[in-house]
Amino acid sequence: MTIPDTSTAVSERPAGASTAPRPFLDVRDLRVHFPTDDGLVKSVDGLSFQLEKGRTLGIVGESGSGKSVTSLGIMGLHTTGQYGRRKARISGEIWLDGTELLSAGPEHVRGLRGRRMAMIFQDPLSALHPYYTIGRQIVEAYRIHHDVDRKTARKRAVEMLDRVGIPQPDKRVDAYPHEFSGGMRQRAMIAMSLVNNPELLIADEPTTALDVTVQAQILDLVLDLQKEFGSAVIVITHDLGVVAELADDILVMYAGRCVERGPAERVFHEPRHPYTWGLLGSMPRLDREQRDRLVPVDGSPPSLINLPSGCAFNPRCPYADVPKDDVTRTIRPEPTEVGDRHWAACHLTREQRERIWTEEIAPRL
Amino acid sequence: MSNPVRGDGERDGGVGSSDPGRTAGRAEDAAPGEVLLKVTGLRKHFPIRKGLLQRRAGAVRAVDGVDFEVRSGETLGVVGESGCGKSTMGRLITRLLEPTAGTIEFEGEDITRLGVRGMRPLRRDVQMIFQDPYSSLNPRHTTGTIIGAPFRLQGVEPEGGIKKEVQRLLSVVGLSPEHYNRYPNEFSGGQRQRIGIARALALRPKLVVADEPVSALDVSIQAQVVNLMDDLQRELGLTYVIIAHDLSVVRHVSDRIAVMYLGRIVELADRELLYRAPMHPYTKALMSAVPIPDPRRRKDRSERVRLEGDVPSPIAPPSGCRFHTRCWKATTVCTTAEPPLEELRPGQQVACHHPENAVDRAPRDSGVAGTAQVVPTRR
Repeated sequence: MTIPDTSTAVSERPAGASTAPRPFLDVRDLRVHFPTDDGLVKSVDGLSFQLEKGRTLGIVGESGSGKSVTSLGIMGLHTTGQYGRRKARISGEIWLDGTELLSAGPEHVRGLRGRRMAMIFQDPLSALHPYYTIGRQIVEAYRIHHDVDRKTARKRAVEMLDRVGIPQPDKRVDAYPHEFSGGMRQRAMIAMSLVNNPELLIADEPTTALDVTVQAQILDLVLDLQKEFGSAVIVITHDLGVVAELADDILVMYAGRCVERGPAERVFHEPRHPYTWGLLGSMPRLDREQRDRLVPVDGSPPSLINLPSGCAFNPRCPYADVPKDDVTRTIRPEPTEVGDRHWAACHLTREQRERIWTEEIAPRL
Repeated sequence: MSNPVRGDGERDGGVGSSDPGRTAGRAEDAAPGEVLLKVTGLRKHFPIRKGLLQRRAGAVRAVDGVDFEVRSGETLGVVGESGCGKSTMGRLITRLLEPTAGTIEFEGEDITRLGVRGMRPLRRDVQMIFQDPYSSLNPRHTTGTIIGAPFRLQGVEPEGGIKKEVQRLLSVVGLSPEHYNRYPNEFSGGQRQRIGIARALALRPKLVVADEPVSALDVSIQAQVVNLMDDLQRELGLTYVIIAHDLSVVRHVSDRIAVMYLGRIVELADRELLYRAPMHPYTKALMSAVPIPDPRRRKDRSERVRLEGDVPSPIAPPSGCRFHTRCWKATTVCTTAEPPLEELRPGQQVACHHPENAVDRAPRDSGVAGTAQVVPTRR
């Protein structure tokens, strides 16, 4: 069961593109829209980012901000075919190691999925098949991409279960998902996604369903495995604590767009977007003195069908009236560089943001 | 600030006629700091039945002997991992579940064995906020019906009528009075949770038990609801029992905190004591497992406690101290004798033979029984 090498049939980097080497993963102006009876839901609306091997990108945002839709888009898991009831309209470019995935065709992407890019889902109970043993599911994932017999594949499955810290892997390989605890299931799913040594690993809320002590175990495991395998990792989560532990770079999403992107250290210590300030202010934290009050973001996230004009965050932004001529309500801000590898999409000037952060926001946190 | 929910004299006036027994009880509200709720030896075992005859094959010991008090005006936070019995405990003290053993006293009155009818007047004083704002509101009822239901059930006619009172409650929780005729599906998760809060506050309860009130909400909305609950407590003099798994949220809202593990309270302490110097190893492990939202502090966490494995099954909890299978300090005594919950420092009760930040209580005992260890971070 080998996958035919179709890479030659796929468009390589377009001629005339810049000569600088393309990053391992390069997402450009990704848009994922879903037509519904009520209108067009713009789940992801112009998202661009890059990721190199061996690095971890944390995508943070609230529910409905487009984090998961982005990851499913990269993995080619949206229904775009004619028969899908809710087919997605996807545009933009997703380059994985020099291959553009959106124009590559489903057959080609299927050959990559599971082998070069793999995914860890939030809920291992629904992502694992209840009817087959853990071992059989891992063996299947391995044999789809490797021409080996069952015995070899089974050995490989036991090896992977051992690597992710499942005790007695040679026995547990024949267990069913329901015989595992939540943490064990998540470990098994990680074993399954890593069985083919993927170069890109997407973890969508990998620890949200887990208890905090088990979450800590899984986060350690993900870090160790990344070191060992040198993969590029995307961690999608709503938990700022989790990204602070894992990510080298952070991308903050709001209403399907990137509002801020930069090195983790800068996004936490010198954030340059009012929404990021809002997230940090909303969060009670154990590592600081007790605050009297949290500073929430007023209002609620906008409808993705009727996005506010201009900056999508303007109805909730306390500084929406600072820039002149009502630009926040008329012009959509583009990400601009605010520091080394650090971008933010906001109409406030750099000086205004620096002042507001140091004088008003930071002292309250 | 004037009290937004309590109408003038309504509580002792118009209401009393419908149930005379209440007025007397109402007159002597517990003063702040007095014990409002006292729980002793509370247990709840869910039987497991097997076979054709539904023979009793064992029991899930969800809550297995807890004692605590809640004082008037305070917030008691209850934390623990899933399966530790915190939600069951919440449902026991609101009498939504029948306890297997133990007593629950509310304002000095034993309410453990009160029947449905006997509990009815008490339902005014004890209310609950549920975790899931989607399943806890009837999708076929309007907001007005949902928030007005407590008045109808208790036969209370608020001053100015139910509709007016409901609209006032809506504005108290930060919704618009025009939302009166809308259905739950027209609201977002955060707004629904506000409806749940308005319903819980409708009869001006003394004690509100909130089971994971913010865990289903997004971070920015979570903070709005936490602040709202905070404001309402201050304005209405409410007493809260807040059950949550998120240690940062619990620290933010609570005055005292109970840490539960496998159906028992392992530590019960004032907030600052608990977070500054936890005594139970489990508390310490729980806190050090919380990810710190600060990339600069990744390196600092070299003294991280990592627990191995999962929580054991509450069907057959470990002998002795229930935590000994995961505890790095466990010795022989821990496997045989269950440590009692005792006050080792003013304001801090701990159930442990070898507490942290305190004198060892079984110093001569040896023999390592646990599997957990303190591991340096591998970064």
